[in-house]
Parts: sequence; structure tokens; C-alpha cells
Amino acid sequence: MFHPLLALLRRDLTLALRRPQDALTVVGFFVVVVALFPLGIGPDPEFLRSLAPGVLWVAALLAVMLSLERLFSDDFRDGTLEQLLLVPEPMGLLVLTKIVAHWLITGLPLVLVSPLLAIQLNLRPDEIAILMLALLIGTPILSLIGAIGAALTLGLRGGGVLIALLILPLYAPPLILGAGAVDAVMHGSSAQAHLSLLGAMMVFALFATPWATAAAVRIMLD
Amino acid sequence: MMEFLAMGGYAPYVWGSYLIMAGLLVVEMLQLRYRRRSLLAWIRRMARLRAQEEKQ
Amino acid sequence: MSERGIQWFRFTAPANFYDLAGRLIPWFAALTIALFAVGLYLGLVVAPSDYQQGDSYRIIYIHVPTAWMGMFLYVLMAAYAAIGLIWRIKMADVMAKAIAPTGALFTFLALWTGALWGRPTWGVYWVWDARLTSMLILLFLYLGYMALHAAIDDRQRASNASAVLAMVGVVNVPIIYFSVQWWNTLHQGASITVTEAPTMATIMFVTLLIMVLAAWMYSVAVVLARARVELLERERNARWVQERLEGGTK
Repeated sequence: MFHPLLALLRRDLTLALRRPQDALTVVGFFVVVVALFPLGIGPDPEFLRSLAPGVLWVAALLAVMLSLERLFSDDFRDGTLEQLLLVPEPMGLLVLTKIVAHWLITGLPLVLVSPLLAIQLNLRPDEIAILMLALLIGTPILSLIGAIGAALTLGLRGGGVLIALLILPLYAPPLILGAGAVDAVMHGSSAQAHLSLLGAMMVFALFATPWATAAAVRIMLD
Repeated sequence: MMEFLAMGGYAPYVWGSYLIMAGLLVVEMLQLRYRRRSLLAWIRRMARLRAQEEKQ
Repeated sequence: MSERGIQWFRFTAPANFYDLAGRLIPWFAALTIALFAVGLYLGLVVAPSDYQQGDSYRIIYIHVPTAWMGMFLYVLMAAYAAIGLIWRIKMADVMAKAIAPTGALFTFLALWTGALWGRPTWGVYWVWDARLTSMLILLFLYLGYMALHAAIDDRQRASNASAVLAMVGVVNVPIIYFSVQWWNTLHQGASITVTEAPTMATIMFVTLLIMVLAAWMYSVAVVLARARVELLERERNARWVQERLEGGTK
């Protein structure tokens, strides 16, 4: 537990557990957005079912985006981030550690509550399983890409709105693949192609985005 | 001439495309010219002020 | 000053760039006007109407050039941004920033003309076709780049941060395109395909080529002009600016 990366991970998780309302807000947002959809489009179960994959994914996307601003901002304000630059570990790995912590705090809870919402939207058990699997692979991508936006808007006025503009267009591929996976099962075909591509995307994001994020952090702290 | 303008019944689409494009390109150029002129005016004004200060 | 034998490093000095761009712009502007005049005449008057789409197909003469320029300018912008970030060349950032509004404008025009072409061809203004959707996302990427550049006050930081964003965007554009295309084929099958004549008539091809060149020349002229203004704004207190103003130049 003395490895610097593990120490950082533990620190971030401890901080989050001491202030659980941050993570709960994100989950609450996710639940409320999904709950509002039927009110807007009517209670017809079949119709809701056909919209469910898209609704759940878009809501998850927005919830993750909402949480991004806090990924670096607290550490930026109290100077921790500048200290991290001095750590001998590569900045990319440190950033990745923070992203992992962020995903454990926000992404994972979304995956865990998604079945409840899926039941409300009349998804069947096999579809729910695929939904959870897709979210499990997909939400890390959202955190990884989002971290670039969070780093680029460090310390800016109105950073939250800017993150949305910068990051949401880049969320199109995981949205398409993630919602598509559930959709495929719904229409009786296999979700394997979607999930494989989503997995490939996650691996790519895992290797590529932390370096971009690290570069962005350096630039903004410069 | 009228036949040309009618574009075989597709006038709103064809002219809607061409005119909007022409309009936006002109707007872009005018905006650039305005930006350049006001900037030059500002630089000249500052230069004049500086010259006056040096005289005093 | 040697006119022959271009020394590229000289362009990176602001004053040299400013002078050179000033000399080049009239030429590109003249080419733009000439090419547009010929292209519009050929496209709107000379070229025969399409046997399937009637005269509505004439939108292709501006739709294709604007779409190409929209995409190409993004790549060019990202390339300049990367050069500026990696080699710390300030002029490269000036160019990247100058390209963005023109690229966004062309992307918007590609969407606009695409919608107006879609109405008579497909019966609706907007279809979630892979190309239209990707162009829409490209427009958002442009807007994000410009918004980020504008939001950061420190100039060096603004140019570096937006360069990172432009590079991330350029990696994403093909991913977005292919995922949208895949999504599109899954959802719509072959119901919507643009009817393209298998062999494009020579006159149509030539006209299209001229219009593409015209859009190119226009972009070069406007981008250079914007880069000059951007440069003046950044270096307003530099001596070379004062010298050129005293000379009563433009």
C-alpha cells in the first residue's frame, strides 16, 4: 500500500467516501433524468422499452459529464495537483489513477443502479445483463475521454458548460456502441460486435487518453 | 431568364443554398474588415497618445 | 531581400509573415473571384440538368466543396496546432486560430446545403445519414476549439490547450465517422442512398473541380487575412507594427 499510485488511489477514494454526497448527486441525477423521460413521452410500455437503451445511455453520459468538473478542480484549488507534478511517477499514470478513482466513485454506481431503472422501462433480464455489461465497458471510456475536457478547463470561468461543449461530441462513438448493444439484443441479434468494438475502444482510450490528459494538466498548470 | 431563376421548380432549394453561401462568405469578409479597421484605428490612437506624451 | 529561393524559417517571424501574406492575399482573392465566376457560370447555366434530380442536383457544386473544405480545414488546423505545440512556433497557432472560423463556416454551409438538397431528394430536410451526422459533430468540434481558445486568457496556455483539443479531435473524427456509419447502416438499411450517376458527366466533374479550387482559394485568402489581423492584435506594441503604420501602409 505504499506504492505511490496505490496511495493516490486510496487517498482519492477516502476523500470521496468522506463526502459521499458528491457521488450520490451523480447517481441521483441519473435516476431523476431517466424518471423524467416517461413523463415527457408517455407511459406506453412498448414505446418506453424501445427507447430505453438510448435514454439510459444518454442519461449516464450526462451524469458522468456532470461529475467531470470535480475530477481535478479540488486538487487544483488546494495545490495538490501541482505537487503531483513533482512526483517521480509518470504524470500519465498518476492521471490514470485519478481517473480510475473517479470511475469507481461515479461510473460504477451508475452501472449498479441501472438495472432498477431498466426494469422501470420494461427491459427484460437478458437485455438488462447486456446493458450492465455495456455500461461496465462504456463508462470507463466516458471517464477517460472526459478527463481531457476536465483538464483543459481547469480554473476557467464557466468550465462546466465548456466541458459539455468540448466532450459531448467525442461521446458519440461510445453512445452509439453502448446503446446499440442493448438494441441488438432487443431485436433478437447478438450484441457481440458492439461489445467487442466498445472493448477495443476502451483499450485504446486506456492507453491514449491519460497522456493527452497529462499534457493538458501540465499546460494548464504552467 | 425566368426559366433560369425557376431552376426547374427547385428554386427555393438551389437559390437557398447559393444565396446563403454567398451571404455568409460576404459576412465573413465584412466582419474581418471591420475587425481589422477598428484594430488599426486603436493602434494609431495609441501611437498618437504616446507621441504626445513624449513631447510634453 | 531575395524573392527567389524561399527561406521557410523567415515566415515564422511575424513581420515577414505579415508582409508576405499581405502581398499574397490579392492574388488569392483574384483567383477566388475568377474561379467562382467560371464555376458558377458552368454549374448554373452550362451544365445540363440531371435526368433524375432535375436542377436540384446543382446544389452539389457548393455542397461538395464546402464539405471537403470543412473536413480538410479541420485536419489542417490540427496540424498547425500540433506544430505550434510541439515546436513552440507562435505563427503556427496564429494560423490554427485563423483557420477555425472559416472551417466552421464551411462545415455549417455543408450542413445547410445538404439539408436543402435532402428535401427534394429524400423528401426530408434532415436525415441521420452518416455524412450529415459526422459533419454536425465536426461543427461541434470546431465550436469547442474556438470556445476553448477564447475562454483562456493567457495566450500561450490558450494556444497549447486548444492544440491538445484539436489533436484529440482529429484522432476522433474517423472513429466518429465510422461508428456513425455503422450505426446508420444498422438502423436504416439501404433505404437512403444518395443517387450518384455511375459516370459523372465531364462537364459536371470539371465544374465541381473548379468550385473546389475556388473554395480553396477563398479559404487561403481569408485565412491569411485573418492571420494578419490576429498577428496585429498580438503584436500591437511591437516595433514592426509601428513602422508599418507610419509608412501609411495597409
